[in-house]
Amino acid sequence: MSTVLLLAVTGLGLGALYFLIASGLSLIFGLMDVLNFAHGAFLAIGAYGTWWAADHLPGAGPAGFGFAVAVAFGVAAGTLAAALVELCVIRPLYGRHREQILATVGLSLAVPALLQAVWGADPLPFPKPGLVRGAVSFLGVNIPRDRFLLILAAAAVFAALWLFNSRTRYGLIVRAGVQDRAMVTALGIDVRRSFTLVFAIGGAAAALAGSLGGLYFGVVTPTQGLSLLIFAFIVVVIGGTTSLTGCAIASVAVGLIQQFANYYTVAGLGDIAVVIVLALVLLTRQGGLTARKSAERVA
Amino acid sequence: MSAAAPLLEAADLHVWIEGSHILQGVSLTVPDHGVTALLGRNGVGKTTTVRALLGLVPRTGRVSFDGEDITARPTHAIVSRGIGYVPEERGIFSALTVAENLRLAERRPGAPRYALVHELFPELAARADQPAGTLSGGQQQMLAIGRALLNDDRLLIVDEPTKGLAPRIVREVADAVARAAERVPVLLVEQNLSLVRRTADQAVVLDAGRVVHTGPAPGLLDDADRVRALLGVARAAAAGGPEGRRTA
Repeated sequence: MSTVLLLAVTGLGLGALYFLIASGLSLIFGLMDVLNFAHGAFLAIGAYGTWWAADHLPGAGPAGFGFAVAVAFGVAAGTLAAALVELCVIRPLYGRHREQILATVGLSLAVPALLQAVWGADPLPFPKPGLVRGAVSFLGVNIPRDRFLLILAAAAVFAALWLFNSRTRYGLIVRAGVQDRAMVTALGIDVRRSFTLVFAIGGAAAALAGSLGGLYFGVVTPTQGLSLLIFAFIVVVIGGTTSLTGCAIASVAVGLIQQFANYYTVAGLGDIAVVIVLALVLLTRQGGLTARKSAERVA
Repeated sequence: MSAAAPLLEAADLHVWIEGSHILQGVSLTVPDHGVTALLGRNGVGKTTTVRALLGLVPRTGRVSFDGEDITARPTHAIVSRGIGYVPEERGIFSALTVAENLRLAERRPGAPRYALVHELFPELAARADQPAGTLSGGQQQMLAIGRALLNDDRLLIVDEPTKGLAPRIVREVADAVARAAERVPVLLVEQNLSLVRRTADQAVVLDAGRVVHTGPAPGLLDDADRVRALLGVARAAAAGGPEGRRTA
């Protein structure tokens, strides 16, 4: 029982990490029809930004409030990078899917290469504030504290995105744009402004995943974003490409399946189990788990 | 045509879609009052003309609105100059509620004309929280027209508002278009000649991507032979036949 509880919480923590990455991917694909392979780069920028700020930024540090400042810096760096990528790279390529893929794949390779050129390829130890060090004893099980932080952060991001989608004018534009972008412009709305905002929000969530992923893995590496991005894409496909709720459900499912399969079978089989689930979903429900509900919605 | 400067003017519009030359030099003007009907058989380029005016399809030529060249402007900037648009397929966002569809169309905060919209279409107020995708075709058309009337625009472009509607709904929609035309100039794409006869002052007839007739609407509609030649409709319909009768 204690093992199941431990696996469940760590699986939820991993799922939370996937959700932070996949939610941005889902938003960007849903509204903008852009398969953003550069999303992992925003994660890496967030992770390295946090790591760098913890040591160098005045007011930031590896513990307490200073770490929160470092995370805020990392998230700001990822957000800025995402906005710049949308404005400079994606905007001239709307409707040109092949070119978008080439450009974003190029960025996904260039950013880790740049990080590696500056800080090397070796994993760098990530600061861990005292608050999330060690484990909490719960029902006789020692659960790492950082998992709770990840779960809380993902829940907060889910709530924030839900509020954004359902309560703000930009959210309204996003939900309408998912269905018919041309008609949104025909109402006099500059949908490109929403594109930049959505890209920035997606980048912020990915950068936060980078910052908190550093806590989860204990290190940062230039290619961390690339490997996590693969699972984030799987989550988006399983959950339904335009559904935030589907994305959350799929994130949890993928995180749990990985943890349980790795523990109860052979280490590494968890990844294969996730791919099998992906194949089953594609064969039986091509639009993902929430296909019917999410055909025209992001919330 | 009015002697005053036209509100909307298109000159030599050409549109190619997937290799087909859909519009072949369309030129037309819409005066700053009354209803201008854009007529023609199915597939002659009426909807493409409207979409070209709004920049929704790539086109060559020149479009000006209130004397300003808007050819190079993006669609949202063209519409923001004061154009309400009801597309042929209604353009309703089915996953949004009725209220959200209307709220999305608000361009100037604090100024939307909800009173007018709800007076014309009381059902929209009663169904404010209903997902628009669950409305009937007639209710969706009311929502599309209501949405276009929400802002105090200077021109209303309405593309086939009665298409596919039951006769009772056609009358309601026709009333709404007529009421709207009392407030704002309208460019009306319509095949229902009863509605055209009731509302239109000017008529522009398209055939095979070209303008083949421009002039007062009553003069055209009273000439049954000409209507038959230009629009391909039977004499009875041209002379004011049953409501809902459409061109071929």
